[in-house]
Amino acid sequence: MAIVSLREALNQAIDEEMARDERVYLMGEEVANYQGAYKVSQGLLQKWGPKRILDTPIAEAGFAGIGVGSAMLGLRPIVEFMTWNFSLVAYDQIVNNAAKMLSMSGGNFSVPIVFRGPGGAAHGLGATHSQALESIYSHIPGLKVIMPSTCKDAKGLLKSAIRDDNPIVFIESEVMYGDKGEIPDGEYTIPIGVGEVKKEGKDVTLVSWSKTLAHVVLKAVDVLQEELNISIEVIDPRTIRPMDYDIIVSSVKKTNRLVIVEEGWPFAGVGAQISHEVASRAFDELDAPVERVTQEDVPLPYAHGLEVRSLPNLDKIRAAVKKVLYLD
Amino acid sequence: MVAVEGIPHRQTDVKKSGMNSTATAIPLKQSNSRLLGLPRETLLSWYEDMLLVRRFEEKCAQLYGMGMIMGFCHLYNGQEAVSTGAIKGAINPDDYVITAYRDHGQAISKGVNPKAILAELLGKYTGTTKGKGGSMHIFDRAANFLGGHAIVGGHIPIAAGVAFAIKYRGEKKVCLCFMGDGATNIGAFHEGLNLAGLWKLPVIYIIENNKYGMGTAVERASAVEELYKKAYAYNIRSEVVNGMDVLDVYQKVKAAADRARETYEPTLLEVETYRFRGHSMSDPVSGHYRSKEEVERLKQSDPIIHLAETLKEEGMISDQYLDEAEERIKKIVQECVEFAENSPEPPIDELWKDVYIERTGE
Repeated sequence: MAIVSLREALNQAIDEEMARDERVYLMGEEVANYQGAYKVSQGLLQKWGPKRILDTPIAEAGFAGIGVGSAMLGLRPIVEFMTWNFSLVAYDQIVNNAAKMLSMSGGNFSVPIVFRGPGGAAHGLGATHSQALESIYSHIPGLKVIMPSTCKDAKGLLKSAIRDDNPIVFIESEVMYGDKGEIPDGEYTIPIGVGEVKKEGKDVTLVSWSKTLAHVVLKAVDVLQEELNISIEVIDPRTIRPMDYDIIVSSVKKTNRLVIVEEGWPFAGVGAQISHEVASRAFDELDAPVERVTQEDVPLPYAHGLEVRSLPNLDKIRAAVKKVLYLD
Repeated sequence: MVAVEGIPHRQTDVKKSGMNSTATAIPLKQSNSRLLGLPRETLLSWYEDMLLVRRFEEKCAQLYGMGMIMGFCHLYNGQEAVSTGAIKGAINPDDYVITAYRDHGQAISKGVNPKAILAELLGKYTGTTKGKGGSMHIFDRAANFLGGHAIVGGHIPIAAGVAFAIKYRGEKKVCLCFMGDGATNIGAFHEGLNLAGLWKLPVIYIIENNKYGMGTAVERASAVEELYKKAYAYNIRSEVVNGMDVLDVYQKVKAAADRARETYEPTLLEVETYRFRGHSMSDPVSGHYRSKEEVERLKQSDPIIHLAETLKEEGMISDQYLDEAEERIKKIVQECVEFAENSPEPPIDELWKDVYIERTGE
């Protein structure tokens, strides 16, 4: 086991897959000379050269489309968005071209491509730079959406994503790039679509992912278990689409209570989909209606107090947990 | 590239032909060396390719009217010399073609089986994409035909990506990317051209300027009326092509393709052409945006009649050949109809297939 930062884990995944398969290349804004806006691609230009590590102009629709076209011919591009917010100007390429190509071409052309970069809020970046877009992308058939919460998962899942023949939306977190964690020595991958029980418990199930899980929920669990004298089970689906409903339903059958904590907005959010699936598959197992903690239903403001109030936090999670346990 | 006498080759701001009610016919004069010394069988194969596209599209119109083709259907009548000269004429079978939604003609010229195209239009399982794409989304991997794309301009960066892959592998192939005049106003055009020019990608962008984006004339949509000039901003060579003259199309696309194979340099060609039918099947031939007189005048530049007359003048063909060719093509189209009509519809379980691919890139 080695201790690495999240950015190092991602860097290793890209580096190892580039060594394994010469069809893999990386492009995006500032990924080469600058060594990555968040230093995920540090050293890769020096190692692999400008043919395979390419700086692009600020033209997301253009370079996302180049990725799609080259993938149709069998290359395996990794397209870095400096943040997922900027992917919105490439939405046509991701949704109409990458996601639909296999189906619309009747199986003639697959698009083995990974779109990756940080999503969600950081600190004080304002409404356009703070969006959790996983529900928007996971709505689209043809895409797989991956959101790791640990260094180990990030490396193993990114390697799986690069080897997958489908278009992948891989959403990291800006505020996690410096987080340290253990990763196994040597070669490993983590399968897409398989969740993990982060912590076993018996009174209530919390489902969350990415930064909200790592930075908010796990800390809240420690506080609430102590404060409320309860045992909380925590599930990390790791992949948003396909969602590992089985692991969630199994947990709910044990705890009979479910709270979903996500950074996205409430309307048509990922938690809404999970709630429906659990209600549909385990209605009789539930001892309380499913609760959701989301960002407030507003564009995220800049001011610190407003930002903290809008995002999922300990107070909101406490209220939801107490509600499903009828502790109000 | 040498300017050919008789072909409009604008270097200055010349008003375009055929764009308003006072439009004149596109000059019919053939390339100066007449048939460029090309073998008779080559020229005849081009003639028959153009004729096949024309008769195929006429049949589509008929089947659409009978309710057998659904959705949007954009016909290529009048523009045949572009696909034939550029694809059948100027490039190799292992080169790539990608285009917009007016795609039947280019697919036929690229060697996609017309029976499969018609079956696709009828929504049949034997269609090019098993009935999943329809008229606007023809694909054929074996023919290196990369679609059929229906969001205007969205395929322009994809074409740059295809060219990127060619260069990445060190191959000597090219990608032809067709688009309408309207596509030159959308962002993806400019991002795609900038990247192709910046990275020197072997793509040839072919604007089929048929004067109207649906019902909006070029000068009402583009601040620059001479669309070839848009290449200047991206350090890409450009040229104007007479799209009613298959030989001019062939010559200029071939020169661009040769250069791309040699140096990976991209090219933008503005091809002056005209569609003889409406924008789609729901659009009448003439209406608010163009007059019946204009359409009739531009039909005087019919590229198929024009080639037939030139071939006759050169003594390469007789009236008997023209009659026989007509019969041959009629038979091919009839076989397409029979094949499509007799083909099964896609089974319902096909609905859930091809959404994700199970295989991984091991």
